[in-house]
Amino acid sequence: MDRVPILRLGDCLLVTVQVDMHDELAMTLQDDLTNKIVATKARGVLIDISALEMVDSFIGRMLGNIAGMSRILDAQTVVVGMQPAVAITLVELGLSLPGIRTALNVDAGLALLRNVLDRSDESSHVD
Amino acid sequence: MNRLASRLPAMVEQYQQEILTEWVKLQLEAGTWRAGRLQESQLRDESQRFLTLLVNNIQKGVQFDTRSAQWADIRDFLAELSRSRATQGFSPSQVATFVFSLKQPIFARLRANLLDEPEVLADASWETTLLLDSMGLYTTEVYQQARESVIARQQEELIELSTPVVELWPGILALPLIGTLDSERTQVVMETLLERLVATGSSIAVIDITGVPTVDTLVAQHLLKTVSAAQLMGADCIISGIRPQIAQTIVHLGIDLSAVATKASLSDAFALALKRRGLSVISSSAARG
Repeated sequence: MDRVPILRLGDCLLVTVQVDMHDELAMTLQDDLTNKIVATKARGVLIDISALEMVDSFIGRMLGNIAGMSRILDAQTVVVGMQPAVAITLVELGLSLPGIRTALNVDAGLALLRNVLDRSDESSHVD
Repeated sequence: MNRLASRLPAMVEQYQQEILTEWVKLQLEAGTWRAGRLQESQLRDESQRFLTLLVNNIQKGVQFDTRSAQWADIRDFLAELSRSRATQGFSPSQVATFVFSLKQPIFARLRANLLDEPEVLADASWETTLLLDSMGLYTTEVYQQARESVIARQQEELIELSTPVVELWPGILALPLIGTLDSERTQVVMETLLERLVATGSSIAVIDITGVPTVDTLVAQHLLKTVSAAQLMGADCIISGIRPQIAQTIVHLGIDLSAVATKASLSDAFALALKRRGLSVISSSAARG
């Protein structure tokens, strides 16, 4: 069965979605990812969807779910590499993926994660 | 079946030269001929060709029908005439007058020859009127189509010309919008901006609406759509160039722009963009001192 690879990148996890998502694959990904976050004590999750030509409301919701699950496990999620056509479709569908951070590419996403993590560290020191 | 079909064609053919001379004279008087735009010889030539075509076709029937094969050559002639006059800058009524002015010489011939048969005269007049009216209307229709195609082409060019995306600084794009934003243009603007974001790897886009004359709810919605699409790609948008009048309109319409950073001028927006990128501009003397 297909699996979405999850790579470890320092204290972050890189998820590259390269095939069309369907229900079962999405459930497996959620399982794998939450397990991996706990196992590796990851602080950030990068989801690269640059290979996806089509994103529907289902995938939109799945991305939202993953972001929510990760947040509970104290990991920040950034979705990177969305294609222009996909972005236009999502906006036309009225889905603006609230609560999900986005970045242009993996580099920018990693920088954004560092930024967010540094800030959350600082604020936890203040507390 | 048709009495006219037997009288009019023969009559037009018989008096062709007289009708032509009178017709051209009438046209010159009516002002459809305008020095500089159309040569008198060309008008005479066109009139001659039209009358010949009419004489040939009228033998087979007097009901002008734009779809029937019988009138194909007259239709093509009229369409070509109408199109060329449209590009020469003639008005639609001047183009239609070309056909309508033919009525008077034909009526004159009919009256002179059918004086003792008033019923035939009335029928013939009526059918001539119908025939020439439908031809005149056809020229107007073609004229309209020619004009519309010109407008459509200009609209396309305008859309392509008016959506430049410029790089203000590495990582900072600007999109100066000029003219009214409709759905079609928004689509082009959105696509251009998103593609340039990917191509340049920029994280901030400044949308300058100084050149947008009015902002209504629809334009605002289009702007917000563009902003959300850019945000989905991971880029921040700043809207700049909001004139006082437009700020008032936006508030009166109850449009919520709080999700987007807005600035009054492009320079303010640029300063904010630099700040977000962690850059600052300092004067060189201050740097030395």
